[in-house]
Amino acid sequence: MTATAFKSYRPPIIEADGDGEVLEVAMGPHHPSTHGVFRMDVALDGERVIRLKPVFGYLHRNHEKIAEKGSYLASMPYTDRLDYFCSLTNNWAYALAVEKLAGLEVPERAEYIRVITAELTRIQNHASAIGFLMQEMGASGTPLMYAFREREKILDLFEELTGSRMMCNYMRFGGCRSELPTGWLEKVKVIVAGFPAFIDEIEALLTSNEILMARAQGVGVLTPELAVNAGITGPMLRAAGVNYDIRKVDHYGIYDRFTFRVPLGDHGDIYDRYMIRVLEMRESIGILEQAIRDIPAGPIMDPKSKIRGFRPKVGEAYGRIEAPKGELGFYLISDGTSNPYRYRVRPPSLINLTVLEDMCLGQNVADVVLIFGSVDIVLGEVDR
Amino acid sequence: MGSGIGAAMAVKPDLKIELGKQGVFVTTISDLYNWGRKNSVWPMQFGLACCAIEMIATTMARYDLARFGAEVFRPSPRQADLMIISGTVTKKMAPQVVRLYNQMAEPKYVIAMGACAISGGPFKQGYNVLKGIDRYIPVDVHIPGCPPRPEALIHAFMTLQAKIDEQPLTGSERPRHLDAEAQGEFPIPVQGAHDLEPPVNRLVWPLPAPAVIGTDAENCG
Ligand code: SF4
Repeated sequence: MTATAFKSYRPPIIEADGDGEVLEVAMGPHHPSTHGVFRMDVALDGERVIRLKPVFGYLHRNHEKIAEKGSYLASMPYTDRLDYFCSLTNNWAYALAVEKLAGLEVPERAEYIRVITAELTRIQNHASAIGFLMQEMGASGTPLMYAFREREKILDLFEELTGSRMMCNYMRFGGCRSELPTGWLEKVKVIVAGFPAFIDEIEALLTSNEILMARAQGVGVLTPELAVNAGITGPMLRAAGVNYDIRKVDHYGIYDRFTFRVPLGDHGDIYDRYMIRVLEMRESIGILEQAIRDIPAGPIMDPKSKIRGFRPKVGEAYGRIEAPKGELGFYLISDGTSNPYRYRVRPPSLINLTVLEDMCLGQNVADVVLIFGSVDIVLGEVDR
Repeated sequence: MGSGIGAAMAVKPDLKIELGKQGVFVTTISDLYNWGRKNSVWPMQFGLACCAIEMIATTMARYDLARFGAEVFRPSPRQADLMIISGTVTKKMAPQVVRLYNQMAEPKYVIAMGACAISGGPFKQGYNVLKGIDRYIPVDVHIPGCPPRPEALIHAFMTLQAKIDEQPLTGSERPRHLDAEAQGEFPIPVQGAHDLEPPVNRLVWPLPAPAVIGTDAENCG
């Protein structure tokens, strides 16, 4: 899709048509399906949603302010805790912003390592997202068990590489923290070789599953116009049929060296969002295979980069990547001191949630849980 | 519970084994009661932040919390008796956490999982982050870590089971649910002008004992 003129958008007003009884329900902040601490104030006419107000802030942890008080390096571990499924891609987005600010060059080998870790992150994020979505549909256990089984394999790799399962604080400005452990790439190769079978298994279980089709097709539709106007990114945008992937349009890192396709949906419903994630995992496997094949030897840090006394010159920079959930960007202003003057995160989860009401209006209350699940958010990133 | 049952009635281990060899099973009410309680803990399906993902991982195939009799995470506090505070408690969320705790059935337990739940963790500087949930509700087991690994949660779980196992049913050490006077509900803090009101629950977070200086010759020595 080409550029769409920006129109101011107002959600359609749906009036109660029953006997005038409107029931207001607070779903959350503790609700088994809200992915943490999130509240939706839903107005219902019978089963039908006529209004939905998201309420944020139950996990507001002052990430941005804390980052402005500490050194540039000190907020690297905090980025791990933004989207806690994707610490390595968060690292990358932040490192990219600082590298732009400080004019650092990332060596070849480090770029390849970054791609490998980012694509592994994408696979485990999408697998978990599908698992949670099915959990919310009532498939209690099996798909999520399968997803977490695969996730554990990836976490084992991360643990060996970074020392931590989830909070993988690994990237540094101008490269990566440490050289790959001996034999690590071979392990990645073996595990990646097993992924197609896992995706086949998930697809055999779900793709033509009647319940999934009945509950997900035509439900929670997001139109391409609204998606573009609201700034939606990531799998949600592509499920609506808009061809926009920052790996393709921005070529950050070395993504222009890999052949991969950008899967697109054409209905923008929950089912398409499920399907896009499955297809993206398959593409990620392709990228991983190419990256493992081509990774060169060499240094992993820009020699100009320094840990102590790191003071980028006065200026501003915005670094962004295609995180598994969409565009993750860091906007930094440097005043020449050792801590950023302004530090702002552009989180995909929060912005993708802005169309939640539009997708839910007129749907049944039971569908709200599914529509919300198909957005794939993490509250650490929504509230920050 | 009649007085005397449970307390001070432990069967001598040697005698128990000897009788067991003869096919006689001897136990006490408290052993049987605690054995039942410790093996049927029902945690609440309740996550707050990053640590919750490790809590979920603990219930999944690799770590399999089901082995400990704690398989079923209940979506409602009415059906749960273990609250795992898995993640950062913000001041906006703290009243909800205390309310959920109040709604749980006795006997009930709390595990504080991770640095944030214990002390505010890496976000302690934040104006909106509670510096530890034990300021408002009693915590039975604390797990350090950011996030603690699933093994650590399992260890906390076993620690809690050991704690339950050792509880006498009578006397001053008896569990809260057997004490008619004990309080199982705590005041829910409200958002005040600057902070939560009250800032702490004095029943579970007592004032530190005042420092006594100069009265004790040994201390001053
Ligand atoms: S202790 Fe660490 S992992 Fe756990 S909630 Fe806090 S920041 Fe997240």
